[in-house]
Amino acid sequence: MTAPAVRSRRLPLASLARWETLLVILLVGLLVAGTQLSRFFLSANNFANLTSSVMEVAIMALPMTLIIITGDIDLSVESMVGLAGAVLGTLMLAGLPLPLAIPIVLIVGGLGGWLNGLLVTRAGLPALVVTLGTLALFRGLANVILGPTVISVWPDWFTEFGFGTIAKSPIPYTLVVFAVLAAVFWLVTHGTWLGRQVVAIGKSKDAARYSGVPVASLRNWLFILSGVVAALAGIILAARFSSARNDNGTGMTLTVVTVVLLGGVDINGGKGSIPGVVLAVFVLAVLQNVLRLAGVSSEFQGIAVGLLLVFSVIVPQLARQAKAALDRARRGRRPPAGSMAAGEINV
Amino acid sequence: MTPRLELTGISKRFAATAALTDVALRLLPGEIHALVGENGAGKSTLVKTIAGVHQPDAGEIRLDGERITIPSPAAARAMRIAVVHQEPRLFPDLSVAENIFLIAPPTDRLHTIAWREMRRRAANLFEQLDVKMDVSAPVRGLSMADQQLIEIAKALSLDARVLILDEPTASLSTHEVERLFTIVRRTKERGVGVLFVSHRLDEVFALCDRATVFRDGRHVITAPTSELTTASLVRHMVGREVSLFPKEASTLGEPLLEVRGLSDAAGFRDVSFTVRAGEILGLAGLVGAGRTEIARVLFGIESRTAGEVLLDGKPVNFRSPSEALRAGIAYVPEDRHQDGLVLDFSIANNITLPILPRLFPRLLLRARVEDEVARSFSEPLRVRATGVGQAVSALSGGNQQKVVIAKWLATKPRVLILDEPTRGVDIGAKVEVHRIVSELAATGLAIVMISSDLPEVLAMSDRILVLHEGRVAAEIARSDASEERVMFAATGQVEAAAAGAGHGG
Repeated sequence: MTAPAVRSRRLPLASLARWETLLVILLVGLLVAGTQLSRFFLSANNFANLTSSVMEVAIMALPMTLIIITGDIDLSVESMVGLAGAVLGTLMLAGLPLPLAIPIVLIVGGLGGWLNGLLVTRAGLPALVVTLGTLALFRGLANVILGPTVISVWPDWFTEFGFGTIAKSPIPYTLVVFAVLAAVFWLVTHGTWLGRQVVAIGKSKDAARYSGVPVASLRNWLFILSGVVAALAGIILAARFSSARNDNGTGMTLTVVTVVLLGGVDINGGKGSIPGVVLAVFVLAVLQNVLRLAGVSSEFQGIAVGLLLVFSVIVPQLARQAKAALDRARRGRRPPAGSMAAGEINV
Repeated sequence: MTPRLELTGISKRFAATAALTDVALRLLPGEIHALVGENGAGKSTLVKTIAGVHQPDAGEIRLDGERITIPSPAAARAMRIAVVHQEPRLFPDLSVAENIFLIAPPTDRLHTIAWREMRRRAANLFEQLDVKMDVSAPVRGLSMADQQLIEIAKALSLDARVLILDEPTASLSTHEVERLFTIVRRTKERGVGVLFVSHRLDEVFALCDRATVFRDGRHVITAPTSELTTASLVRHMVGREVSLFPKEASTLGEPLLEVRGLSDAAGFRDVSFTVRAGEILGLAGLVGAGRTEIARVLFGIESRTAGEVLLDGKPVNFRSPSEALRAGIAYVPEDRHQDGLVLDFSIANNITLPILPRLFPRLLLRARVEDEVARSFSEPLRVRATGVGQAVSALSGGNQQKVVIAKWLATKPRVLILDEPTRGVDIGAKVEVHRIVSELAATGLAIVMISSDLPEVLAMSDRILVLHEGRVAAEIARSDASEERVMFAATGQVEAAAAGAGHGG
């Protein structure tokens, strides 16, 4: 009974490494395809374009990674993007300078996340339902605040932050924001005991609680963090499009969750890595860019994102099944009747 | 006499591991036959082979003299071989009757289920068992003991020739065990061959006619229980002499934990006790008497409704486990897999989980420090593993329990609450856990030990607090304690115990 146990111990690390390798291969393949499609693909301009187009999704994917690792989910982020833009624009029109309005918007994001967190941890409701509700709530608030108004007059420095690049380099300001955030999330998730506690919650809430991990407050803080980061994404989106509209960010949640799962995070919680998610961000960015260069319409690009989501859930599942079949073949016997019996060998 | 079930030369391998090597078993009609052995001895594999879950690599099986193969659990059922598993496997939302007749419900002419007939037959089964049971009630909410009875009724509905009970008493209280035994004896009288798999040796002697011992997948001995003693049985199981319950004398210090008039919403009322440094207080009682609930309040998982708790003479009220563990209380929970361990984590990550903030005040983890700390707490407990990096899911039950204890010792507690510390642990590891606990008491820890294992409570405790339906029924000093006194108090018969126990339970 020792042999299968030792194998199962080595499995998660090895398969994680393989998953990230898969992402790198995918990315290289897309890059090659891109160069074939257009001689402008490798230009500095195109790089700046393709990265800045996914930065809102990218930064929201970071807290989403931790939330999914704990076994929760936050579907409300895209509406917070819209609400943040609406609040920011309205405050600016009311005469408040942006450097003062931005912190207020971030606080609004935090409050929205706090509401999610309270409903999930205090009222004990499933995160899926709670954040589906606030998805509608936050969007509704944005509608109430802005109505059909489109705010499109912004200070130059603000719009420059949205799509400009540092000096003459091809590096967008927003990429710097993402890089800094990703580094912090990487360190916290994989290098500190806070990250360890988050993973412990995802693997077993009860065991974590009995071990003194503040399960409820950690989950609550992650929702707050997600709200703040979504508000930041809303600010960036408003800056990039020079526009605050009540439908800013619509459909982004799907993309955020896709990136997280493509990054190898287990939808059932307990497993995931920040480097994987960062890789997935670039896979998505390059894929969108390649599709655009190939002349694929934006409707079909949506299909591509959906397929990517399904792909990133199915492939690990198939890999697990293939591995199980391989193990059985190696044991040189046909599988015992029914898969349940196979699972019981380790009991 | 033709055996009901006869197994000869059975071998079974899983990958590189030999689970069973050339074992034999003869189950006679009308006998209760015990199968004992440590964890990993091959008992479960044998049970699953008879149940049709596993196919043997070699050997032959005969049922009433006729050579058979058992290709699937359905085939086993068709041959009237019934298995009652350790954990009842019932559908909580279906009624008792539906659970019993799930596979072959009685039908009427239109091939729809004949509900009334089904309920009547189910009620009839429980009548045979002499048990009151509402057969149209859903299974959800029924006690473990009742669920076990449903499994047995299911077995009876097959008119079983062979009945296998796989550790059926693991989650039953004393009087539920008695009821089960009565039923099993009645089944035996009908000529059924009963195979009884258990860790509890007192039950083997109380119930069984013969016993077979397995060790490391091999047959060691089969003998009538009248020719065996607990000591000889244990020797056959572990292959060496062990003294069952080592208990070191310890000098009692100051009162560390005082509980006064403690009550919670439903589980227990007006409970008072004191535990001194170096003392082991045993908490005995039937399942549902409120013992675990007391532990959960003390550890800050549930809240109290009345009373006070003093730690070192100062009143405390913990609202979360993290507060309790900072104050020096540790709780080894009843359910190791659910509450005690993160199964996917390594030994080291489990041991350090409660103390991470203390160990790394600057947030950053250091694997070397973690491994060293983990080793310093797991090595004295002799956790058998390839290293502290091994996942706890790969360890045996006894070693997992040692990891849970090591984890709580790492918090440097002063009060240690153990909830069923040796349930599901093999006999060798059980002895080691007892050694560890008594050594801890000797170092000045105050220990509260909840246990349904009476010999364990009697051997380990300096004092025994017996609970009955949420109230303290008796407090018995070590020198006055006997199984009868504890059992009488636990079943609410304090006067009888005082008058001198004697006439059966």
